[in-house]
Amino acid sequence: MGRLIDYESKDPIAWCPGCGNFGILEAVKLALADLNLEPYQVLIVSGIGQAAKLPHYLRCNTFNGLHGRTLPVTTAAKITNHKLTVIAVSGDGDAYGEGGNHFLHALRRNIDITYLVHNNQVYGLTKGQASPTSDLGFVTKTTPLGTISAPINPLALAIMMDAGFVARGFAGEIKHLTWLIKEGIQHKGFSLIDILQPCVSFNKVNTFKWYKYRIYKVNEDPKYDPTNQNLALKKSMEWGDRIPIGIIYRSNRKSYNEQLPVIKEMPLVEQKISTDKFKKLLEEFY
Amino acid sequence: MKPVKLPLFMTDVTIKIAGQAGQGMQSISYLLGKLFTRGGYYVFTSQDIMSRIRGGHNFSQIRIRDAPVYCNSAKVNVLVALDEAALTLHKDELIKDGVIIFDKEKTKFDAPGLVLFPVPLEKLAKDYGKDKIMVNTVALGALVQLTGYPVDLLYNVLKDEFSAKGMEVVNRNIASARAGYDYARNNFRRECPCKIGLKPKEPKRMLISGSEVLGVAALCSGLKFYAGYPMSPSTPIMEYLALKAKDFNIVVEQAEDEISAINMVIGAAFTGVRAMTATSGGGFALMVEGLSLAGMTETPIVIVVSQRPGPATGFPTRTEQAELQFAISAGHGEFARIVFAPGTPEQAFQLMNKAFNLADKYQVPAIILTDQHFNDSYWTVDSLDLAQITIDRYDVSNKWLNQPAYTYKRYQLTESGISPRIYPGLRNQVIYADSDEHNEEGHITESAELRKKMVEKRLKRIESIRQELASCYVYPEDNQETMLVTFGSNFGVVKEAVDILNEKKFKIGMLHLSEIFPFPRESVMAQLGFSRKIFTVENNATGQLARLLTAETRIKVTDKILKYDGRPFSVEELVDRIEMII
Repeated sequence: MGRLIDYESKDPIAWCPGCGNFGILEAVKLALADLNLEPYQVLIVSGIGQAAKLPHYLRCNTFNGLHGRTLPVTTAAKITNHKLTVIAVSGDGDAYGEGGNHFLHALRRNIDITYLVHNNQVYGLTKGQASPTSDLGFVTKTTPLGTISAPINPLALAIMMDAGFVARGFAGEIKHLTWLIKEGIQHKGFSLIDILQPCVSFNKVNTFKWYKYRIYKVNEDPKYDPTNQNLALKKSMEWGDRIPIGIIYRSNRKSYNEQLPVIKEMPLVEQKISTDKFKKLLEEFY
Repeated sequence: MKPVKLPLFMTDVTIKIAGQAGQGMQSISYLLGKLFTRGGYYVFTSQDIMSRIRGGHNFSQIRIRDAPVYCNSAKVNVLVALDEAALTLHKDELIKDGVIIFDKEKTKFDAPGLVLFPVPLEKLAKDYGKDKIMVNTVALGALVQLTGYPVDLLYNVLKDEFSAKGMEVVNRNIASARAGYDYARNNFRRECPCKIGLKPKEPKRMLISGSEVLGVAALCSGLKFYAGYPMSPSTPIMEYLALKAKDFNIVVEQAEDEISAINMVIGAAFTGVRAMTATSGGGFALMVEGLSLAGMTETPIVIVVSQRPGPATGFPTRTEQAELQFAISAGHGEFARIVFAPGTPEQAFQLMNKAFNLADKYQVPAIILTDQHFNDSYWTVDSLDLAQITIDRYDVSNKWLNQPAYTYKRYQLTESGISPRIYPGLRNQVIYADSDEHNEEGHITESAELRKKMVEKRLKRIESIRQELASCYVYPEDNQETMLVTFGSNFGVVKEAVDILNEKKFKIGMLHLSEIFPFPRESVMAQLGFSRKIFTVENNATGQLARLLTAETRIKVTDKILKYDGRPFSVEELVDRIEMII
């Protein structure tokens, strides 16, 4: 096991005390250390939002880009250097709102990255507006009469698109979440880990207590088969009194990067430029 | 074969091929281009296309000269009319004794003063090419016979172009061309007034389109990653690169939208390879957020913006130069960028390479501003000089291999404003890149003092980049009383207009800007300082170049020659417009 201390960052943390993000940060560090990854072997790409600050709070390569644009940057980074362990970090607004189109197409590509979505069902950085995953009737400053659009079900979307690895974690279950992140990183394909993350400042409904009472670990049931797409889809629809967490779906669909012949031998970034071919290229026009 | 009498005057022939979308006008003009380039002529072909796949009215125009040619002429010598509309729409463009080749079984047509060659194009296509789609090749055969050009050269071109599609396709094309050729030889007594004879041996030359030269230049500059979303007129660049991806070990990814495309390009560039995208104005509008991200994170990328008329969807398949102000100022916030607007294939080849090198050196986004007229036109080019091409990455990874662990600072403050650059994955170093305002390590900051330093760091390089840019191109070299100032694809038409007007004893010159931003103030001021009259020549409605010129140099423009109907200037039109206001 790697040393946890190697992942410590000096950057002061700007999250609210008691925020669910602390548990997620802890789980990320534990997972990376458990997998014996050195900080320089890891790249975390994030967008904008409270979740997106995460990579600053540990030592690793970081690209903290634009709101919603996490996945395109992540995808290209993995294509360019597939030796790196590439992780994307978003919030629910970043991932499913502003970045919704990119999310759908990342599912299509099944690129081998791990996507951690801190899902607190509310906007934190902009101070408490409704999010694409807010429950119906959720009252915020921008939805004073309650949310009337149905929440996105990211797990169901991912399972329908046959994404590689689809899981749900809970920020209050650090050990379980660490296991999920490790499994997600090791899976060769797109790994979505939607993480229930209580927001102590702006979501007074979906609190730690609210989640704690409802969640159950789906993989504790030996009969649950995450490779069964229909079953997984049904499981992903469960929400309300009981909320499943764990590995909901797994598929062995080939990843995008595995299917790119150009990077079969070595990462794109390590390849020499084919200068010897330039002359022949120009001759084609004579 | 009848002996061909070479004209005494210089060859300058324009052939227009017109018909419905899907009838292969572009294909004929390309084949003609290849044919006459190999025969020692210079050609320039351009496309006038409607935004549809079948039907409508399109035309392709090829100008054949025995000296370099860079633009259209409005004087048509030969019209190949593949449908009836082509006759009515274009017959007035023909010169006296102009030639028309048309389908006699589909159209009854007579025009005094013109020389008509009615050929049963469709019947011959069906009989010999086994498909009416071959009308274009039949017309090609007839055209070659009438102009007195050696038909063997045509057969060779057809073989080379269609061999990838199999012998059957080659044979049908040759049979169709021969049918057209034989029909013309056996049925017309009248001599065709337009002759293009075989020239004495000339050095071999290239025939290349604007899109192709951009693709080739990117490959020769070490491009490794391309992401884009199809949008006319930029798409042929992506298609060309996709075709070459396997051979050149590059990745070409069709993104879900332009927002994704530019963010992918940034991701690839951050991770250490040369990366590029291409689009038109509308797609560039979606990329603007990403452009600003490249500025803030100091990530070198190249964006080709091939202009078409806007606003909004505008004229999807036509040409304009209305994104100049957009390209130089797009993006929220203030940051450095490079904008190049090549006017010839040679310039494009060199400037694409320079854009990649300067982007890496100064860690900024670089824009190559072209347009539909540039991208879709084909030129005969003497050569593209690989010796001019260099690949300078300016990464310092090797130096950082043995530095103390985890001490690298992505945004280290330096005299020049440029911080040493390494790529993620380097042993015992990590990189923090951030779109938030950041400190030297790359972590988010709220410090006023740091903010000021970082803004200055990002902007300081503008002056250094300006010093790297070449002087503007002036033609002829001596100072003139009247100067035409232009940029991008108007290079050829303005240059030829200058030649024509100087022959008429006007004292007129051209100043062409291809390395346009940061604006080369000193060089432009030095060149225009002695001019009494200054006109800009622009394909837009508001005189964007004139505005930029005045803003940067305080030089007042006498007048603007603007064209914004979606079509490029022809040389005759431009000469008329200049004579009217000079």
